[in-house]
Amino acid sequence: MQDLNGLLLGYLPIVIFLGIALGFATVMIVAAYLLAPQRPDSEKISAYECGFEAFDDARSRFDVRFYLVAILFIIFDLEVAFLFPWAVALGKIGMLGFWSMMLFLGLLTIGFVYEWKKGALDWE
Amino acid sequence: MLYQDALRLLPELFLAGSIIVLLMYGVFSGDSKTRSVVILSFATIVAAAVLVWRMPGGEGVAFAEQFQSDTFTRYAKILVLIGAGSCMIMSMRYIERANMARFEFPILFLFATLGMMMMISANDLMSLYMGLELQSLALYVVAAFRRDTLRSTEAGLKYFVLGALSSGMLLYGISLVYGFVGTTGFDQLNQVIAGLRGEGQPLPVGLVIGLVFVAAGLAFKVSAVPFHMWTPDVYEGAPTIVTAFFATAPKIAALALFVRVMSEPFAALTDQWQQILVFVALASMILGAFAALSQSNIKRLMAYSSIGHVGYALVGLAAGTQTGVEAVLVYMAIYLIMNIGTFACILCMRREGRMVEAISDLAGLSKSQPMMALALCIFMFSMAGIPPLLGFWGKWYVFAAALDAGLTWLVIIGVLASVVGAFYYIRIIKIMYFDEAAEPFDKDTGAETGFVIGLSAIAVVGLFVFLAPLENAAKLAASAVFGG
Repeated sequence: MQDLNGLLLGYLPIVIFLGIALGFATVMIVAAYLLAPQRPDSEKISAYECGFEAFDDARSRFDVRFYLVAILFIIFDLEVAFLFPWAVALGKIGMLGFWSMMLFLGLLTIGFVYEWKKGALDWE
Repeated sequence: MLYQDALRLLPELFLAGSIIVLLMYGVFSGDSKTRSVVILSFATIVAAAVLVWRMPGGEGVAFAEQFQSDTFTRYAKILVLIGAGSCMIMSMRYIERANMARFEFPILFLFATLGMMMMISANDLMSLYMGLELQSLALYVVAAFRRDTLRSTEAGLKYFVLGALSSGMLLYGISLVYGFVGTTGFDQLNQVIAGLRGEGQPLPVGLVIGLVFVAAGLAFKVSAVPFHMWTPDVYEGAPTIVTAFFATAPKIAALALFVRVMSEPFAALTDQWQQILVFVALASMILGAFAALSQSNIKRLMAYSSIGHVGYALVGLAAGTQTGVEAVLVYMAIYLIMNIGTFACILCMRREGRMVEAISDLAGLSKSQPMMALALCIFMFSMAGIPPLLGFWGKWYVFAAALDAGLTWLVIIGVLASVVGAFYYIRIIKIMYFDEAAEPFDKDTGAETGFVIGLSAIAVVGLFVFLAPLENAAKLAASAVFGG
């Protein structure tokens, strides 16, 4: 039970941090609402697009291929995210660590071959 | 060391390697080779079953105690592989007829099977979750495999959203357990919690809440009331072969996982989870019996029937004893055989090339296809629990175990629920034998499905003679959970 309290005590800074963040954010929003002058007109509250007049609703459908590309991107993005700590720690984790990553990369390559052959990378 | 670990996990490693090879074979030769991918996948499952049976690495833990292999995992994995293998071989012609013959289909089945084997073998809450997700992700995709039909897409989406919710609950429970006990390993959890209880200290509230969340997440996966609402819609919407798969292999795997998690890491908390299990079992039995009464779609009916059966199986677990676990294991085997047979019959319900699913379509089956009607009649009598068919003995074991544990009123309600349930099973028999004949079904279902029907029917009728070996295997498996 003693260990447990010690463990939970270790999280105390996070709780304090959360409390401060929450309080600070609330104060700022409420203060802006109370203190700032609010005189809206049509120019102020219309949607703003950089450079030109907004000509379409932003909530329109767009091609599912964008999602596909985004998903494929995330996989390889994560691969790199795993590769960095692995490369830094390579000296310490030995052959097992090295071959574990090789296995992981091999599996990703299989997936890559699959998506390539399926034509997921062709735009048309 | 690594070699010994790999040897213990050889069936899983073999399955994973084969999946990759098959995936490459499939993607390089295209959808025209789907049939050979299915056959090769079936061969892979058979080979994996042989490996599981032989247990080349012996009993013990592997990979930093993340996995374990013992008689319990062997028993459950063999059941899962039987279910997966039967569905695989029946899918061969089905996916061709249903215009879903893409080589990914058998491969996704294999991935799901791999996930099930990993969750059965899990010896840590982390590896448990990984196996569960590997299984679920593959299943979400196969549920929506006919993505051009509304109902299949809906089934896939519903399954995905509710599955994600249940995974979230499970993970939240796991994080609470980890936070209050400080470990996720099954063996350490067991020791630490037993230690806490031994010292007579009050239990940390967070641990109990975590346990409840873990139990709720697992109840979702076995579709026990009150976490069952996804089952009928998903079973109805998914392609029939996928429904057959859902009702057999993943259910067995999730039940095995439920048994393992409750009686190994949380063994010292039996008094805490027993009341949850009693309620869940009770509610599942009652809802399974009453909600099925008004169904007209056979797949929906089977969904409620499986909810009811999970209730009966959980009665054994609710007993919280070794005999109880043994009874659950026997029940799982019997449930598997009955369901494979029934779904094989449902797969034959086709007219002019289209699947029909209404119960009234079965009318007059006894005249057009007497053998199939006889088989379905046997399965229905067995599910209703008519002796001496297998279904009766399954209920016998769980109720006997619950009686031993002093849960008399639970058993009484269970028996009453099974009487109500018998009504809708026997109604199907009445429709097949006494109603005015509807048009006959197509007869080109293929030899595999007929073979599966025949084999399961023979097993349901004749296996009670061989109940002793099954009971012994279950006894051996249960003793592994309770530490010999």
